[in-house]
Amino acid sequence: MGVLARVLEEAGIATVGLSLVRRQAENIKAPRFLHCEFPLGRPLGKPKDAAFQTDVIRRAFALLDRTDVPVLEDHPQTIEDQTEQPASCTMPPRHDPNAHGAVDEALGIRPAYNRQLEAAQGRTAMGRVGGPDDVGQLIQQMVVLAENGDLAEVGFDALTVRAAAQDIRAYYEEAGLALADHVPGARQIESWFYTQTKTGKILKAVSSSLKEAGEERETWYYMLPGSQQR
Amino acid sequence: MTADSGIRAGVGEIPTPEFDSTPVAAAPILAKARVAILTTAGLRGAGDVSYWQPTDGSFTVLPATDRDVQLSHFSPNFDRSGFAADINVVYPVDRLEEMAAAGEIGSVADQHISFMGAQFDSTFSTMLLDSGPAAAKVLKDDGVDVVLLTPI
Repeated sequence: MGVLARVLEEAGIATVGLSLVRRQAENIKAPRFLHCEFPLGRPLGKPKDAAFQTDVIRRAFALLDRTDVPVLEDHPQTIEDQTEQPASCTMPPRHDPNAHGAVDEALGIRPAYNRQLEAAQGRTAMGRVGGPDDVGQLIQQMVVLAENGDLAEVGFDALTVRAAAQDIRAYYEEAGLALADHVPGARQIESWFYTQTKTGKILKAVSSSLKEAGEERETWYYMLPGSQQR
Repeated sequence: MTADSGIRAGVGEIPTPEFDSTPVAAAPILAKARVAILTTAGLRGAGDVSYWQPTDGSFTVLPATDRDVQLSHFSPNFDRSGFAADINVVYPVDRLEEMAAAGEIGSVADQHISFMGAQFDSTFSTMLLDSGPAAAKVLKDDGVDVVLLTPI
């Protein structure tokens, strides 16, 4: 981001950046950065908190008049991720004993996914490989993959398996927002998905299975957040 | 150690390009400034969820009225629930509109820009010499004189 700040400044556009990794901001020496020790993925700090977000922007814009560049100031507040505290989401009971448990679980949270979809005015991160109607099939493919690590057998390649994993994660995380009924702390929904749900555990098993099958590191590693690779 | 602090420690060690000087443009009076967002979150517009591949140093132009933006960044290593709940926590378009309505800034650009961060050597050169200047031209043509940069 600092490289782009330099390009813009050279074109005559004044910039101020928010930083999430202080060491990088120090190294790149862009003209004006406000370092925010906030969760990765939340550079404005707090979702659904307009006053806090506006305050962050005002603090950043206050650096625009500084001429003693490079300027790197720190936001006074620290917000940490809460990976170790999975969100609490009430799950529906099992209702189709003939379906795989993970598939049944996913179909059971569809009403929650739909509620979040409506709240987000139709915006969803699903759709790289499949939409919400395809989630059961995608999970079924992951169930097979967890057992044998054979991408070709389930019709995936190195790219589509990661994209499918992102689709499934998006489905659960969006449903999780509705199930939690508030916006949890950073990575709490992520931890809930990977540690508390059947499908999350299957994706972890797929990552391990692909690793054992000799797939490239970027295929199995980027199936999951690094914090869940244990 | 939290998940993020571990990642910060690792990312902080990744080499960045070295420069001898820091270019700086004169900032206009904020109340008269035309402001755009440039994010490195790997956002795509109009519901486009296709993956943004590592080493892709291109950029996306996001119409300022579009709220159906998607996080297409390749990395799974950051919280995504905040953005799912509220795009402004990464891409504060509504906040800028409010600040313009209140007279704190002059106006909001007609379009914003997204690149994808977490890039390495050759992509830095692309951004520095090719796509970065092209993005700057898009913003200059729109009369932008201040840019707020946001990471992911």
